[in-house]
Amino acid sequence: MPLLVFLLKRLGWMLLTLWVVYTVSFFLMRSVPGGPFDSEKQIPEPIRRNIEARYRFDRPLIEQYGRHLWDTLHLDFGPSYKLEDYTVNEILAEGFPVSASLGIFALTFALTLGMTAGVVSAVRRQSVFDFSFMALATLGVAVPNFVLASLSVVLFVFVLGWLPAAGWGSLQQIVLPALCLAAPFAGYIARLTRTGMLEVLNQDYIRTAYAKGLSQRRVVLRHALRGAVLPVVSYLGPATAGILTGSLVLERIFFLPGMGSHFIEAALQRDYTLAMGTVLVYTLLLFTMNTLVDLAYCIVDPRVRLEQQA
Amino acid sequence: MTASQSQPQPASNPTAAESDEQRYERLLAEASTIRGVSLWQDAWRRLRRNWMAIGSLALLIAMALTVLLTPALPLQSPILTDLDHRQFEPPNTRPARLDLRQRLAEFESDVRPLREQLRTASGAELTELRKQLSARYAVEHPFQKLWHKPDWLSRQLLTLRVALFGDWCIPSLCGTDQLGRDMLARICWGGRVSLVVGIVATLVSLVIGVSYGATAGYLGGLADSLMMRIVDVLYSVPFIFVVIFLITILGQGDIKAWLDRHGINQITIFYFVIGAIYWLTMSRVVRGQVISLKNEQFVEAARTIGASSRRIIFRHLIPNVMGVVIVYLTLTIPAVMMFEAFLSFLGLGVSPPDVSWGLLVNDGIQVITRVRIYWWLVLFPGLTLALTLFALNFLGDGLRDALDPKMKNR
Repeated sequence: MPLLVFLLKRLGWMLLTLWVVYTVSFFLMRSVPGGPFDSEKQIPEPIRRNIEARYRFDRPLIEQYGRHLWDTLHLDFGPSYKLEDYTVNEILAEGFPVSASLGIFALTFALTLGMTAGVVSAVRRQSVFDFSFMALATLGVAVPNFVLASLSVVLFVFVLGWLPAAGWGSLQQIVLPALCLAAPFAGYIARLTRTGMLEVLNQDYIRTAYAKGLSQRRVVLRHALRGAVLPVVSYLGPATAGILTGSLVLERIFFLPGMGSHFIEAALQRDYTLAMGTVLVYTLLLFTMNTLVDLAYCIVDPRVRLEQQA
Repeated sequence: MTASQSQPQPASNPTAAESDEQRYERLLAEASTIRGVSLWQDAWRRLRRNWMAIGSLALLIAMALTVLLTPALPLQSPILTDLDHRQFEPPNTRPARLDLRQRLAEFESDVRPLREQLRTASGAELTELRKQLSARYAVEHPFQKLWHKPDWLSRQLLTLRVALFGDWCIPSLCGTDQLGRDMLARICWGGRVSLVVGIVATLVSLVIGVSYGATAGYLGGLADSLMMRIVDVLYSVPFIFVVIFLITILGQGDIKAWLDRHGINQITIFYFVIGAIYWLTMSRVVRGQVISLKNEQFVEAARTIGASSRRIIFRHLIPNVMGVVIVYLTLTIPAVMMFEAFLSFLGLGVSPPDVSWGLLVNDGIQVITRVRIYWWLVLFPGLTLALTLFALNFLGDGLRDALDPKMKNR
């Protein structure tokens, strides 16, 4: 029951957020003088009027807003203003799987690499592993992902020739962009895990676990990690936001046909319907991830109740 | 505030001979040797022991000075192109020529007739000639040709540079780019944009965040929960997209022209837009601090001994919030700089001929091909950017540890 209430409340907030984003983007779009068809100046007056009628530019702003909102509520984002023969929905449907798999790969890399490095650093404290992992982690946090991406393109693709430069489709092609995207988050997660582990490893129940004669492996992985993982779980929300942002750049560097590339193109070309569709999808994604993170938090830490989170 | 602890010494050998008076005197003398240690002294003492943080601080100060004095340094021109001889030169120490003195002399001899005329002219002719002269200065002066729209201060520094170094300039230690422009000069001039964006945008976020958070924390009750709910909603907005959206719309022909008329250029918009999205965390942090401090006992205590509310605010509340705010500032600046680099990289930020580090990295990546790798075009700007962010992160971490009240007197 509390789960249902929690989810319903979250749904309400999500709709509110989406509405705010939608309204702000809509009025920003329409506040720009001149329509999106300004470049086609040669078209005859009646045709222009027809086009405007088709896109309802001739109606009062508030009516446009209402109708457009109605369409959007039915998940119809309309035709793209710049790409011929494409509706926004089609473009999003094409781009979404690319961006989603890039994001999922990156998040997985960030979690596995970051947590492994963090646990090893904490258990072998003050060792060579600790220092080198933490130096790498700080480096990962401080180096912008596009710098990292361009340097690794030079190194792995051009100098060593291990991986293909760009493109989409095979596993080899996703490894490099996903790793570059994951690097800063892996670094941060490593630091969080290390701090959390160090705190937990000094606690009584860990000593008890050792006293029972459990192996170090079991103590660390079963008992300590569960306590240390809390900050990491709460970091997943911001990390998702960061990965969404970062994928804009990486999709561009590696020429991946994802939503990010489309969004940048849309923004540069002033393709407003496409830009708005992408923004709404990204908001939805971010909100869903934040909700999932809060749910996960309750599962990992039984002290946290759903009512407090909603 | 805090005093270094010293045990009240039990009178070591209380002799009957020691009168009360003598004992008080001894206590007074002892008390005067105890020095109060303020929060900041204490923090500074701890920060000094953290060599990574101090190293970062030194690096940042050096970088800030370099960037500040860039026009006075004997660098080559960041915008002068040479497509014939100097395209894609790898880093080298061959002497470079800028012929600044010669160019200046040529310009002077060019405008001399105009000046002569000016001396004898009068009335309407005089103002007309003045206008001509300043127009020629604005277009043909070597400083205008070799540097993109230097402001007044930069021009003074450039004059200083000519006086100090004459024609000599640093060779292309970092190589040259696809248009034959010197990379070192471009990195230094780009640093001016990158660092200023970082600092100004952070200050904007500081002003918004602190006032919003402090208001919410101070008012409490319904207003507080409403204001914080708004922050919650804003948190789940993917701001980068809205910002990109906003920047493209503000870059639109008519709006841009309107903004230009009011003296607002793209970089100014940048400061405010970036600053306006980084205030969320700051406001949360400040609100939390204000709420917890409002009812603290030391505030009560200060009030009891008759401190005015001004004294309470400035001596007790502000210093306590400042610690957290400063730590957060040192962590916001790298985030903002990263964001600026990111937008410039996508072609939505600083536009040429202005340079910033993000733009330089982007330029470097654009010319990478399978055939030829111009590594210096990516490595040097990328390294500078990474080093700055690295230092800022380390300094922020160091400050957080140093200002942590749990570490007091350790």
